Amino acid sequence: MKNFKINHRNKSGFEVLDLQGELDAHTASQLEDVLKSLINKNKSNIIVNFKDLDYIASAGLGVFMAYIEDVRSIGGDIKLTNMNEKVYNVFDLLGFPTLYDIFEDEQHAVAKFLNDSE
Amino acid sequence: MDKAASYQKSIKASTKNLSDIRKFVSKYAEEHGFTQDQISDIRLAVDEAATNIIKHGYKNDDTQTLTLKLEFDDEKLNVTLTDQGVSFDLKKYKSPDIRQQIEKRKRGGMGIRLMKNLMDDVSYNVQNQKNVLKMSKNRN
Repeated sequence: MKNFKINHRNKSGFEVLDLQGELDAHTASQLEDVLKSLINKNKSNIIVNFKDLDYIASAGLGVFMAYIEDVRSIGGDIKLTNMNEKVYNVFDLLGFPTLYDIFEDEQHAVAKFLNDSE
Repeated sequence: MDKAASYQKSIKASTKNLSDIRKFVSKYAEEHGFTQDQISDIRLAVDEAATNIIKHGYKNDDTQTLTLKLEFDDEKLNVTLTDQGVSFDLKKYKSPDIRQQIEKRKRGGMGIRLMKNLMDDVSYNVQNQKNVLKMSKNRN
């Protein structure tokens, strides 16, 4: 049974990852593989859309912790959007909102990227 | 309903089984009248506990087994996870500084912080060469 899926699309030059299902210590490796391959291709303006993500455990947050510096060091960022309240609570409990840009929707993430580059 | 009841499950030490663990916990917590918010907390805390045992206690050796027990009473749910893997020293645990970890490209240590945050009580003991992690969630 597959309880986690990632879709990768391009939105006006930004890499968007749509997460779907449950992100735990088992499924986190899928996200890790996709992020690593983007970084290897120097694609560093990444938006992760959590709209269809129902559940996250700390192993999921761990993936963002492990790669954010690599992405920022090549001039990009990972911006997070569309989290449901439960998923946001986990990020909040661990203090992520001061360290990551978390937005209500993709438009805000795109706007921040454009602002950052000015 | 809400009479004392207990449920037990033995699980092979593979992260593949985490989704089954979450379903098991959610099902019985719901049957015993916990709210959706409480169920979310319990589900995540148990997932984090089981993940630590599987990854750190048993080093992903799926021939090993951990036991999960749920005990409901009028006031609370008691969760007990038992394993025979590498023990953990809860007293030496320090909550991670996420900013420092990010700088070092490190991760981990967050599971225990979440368990303590989400549950009303968390304790850890080594008894007869078994690691026993107990957590409880009050109904009110």
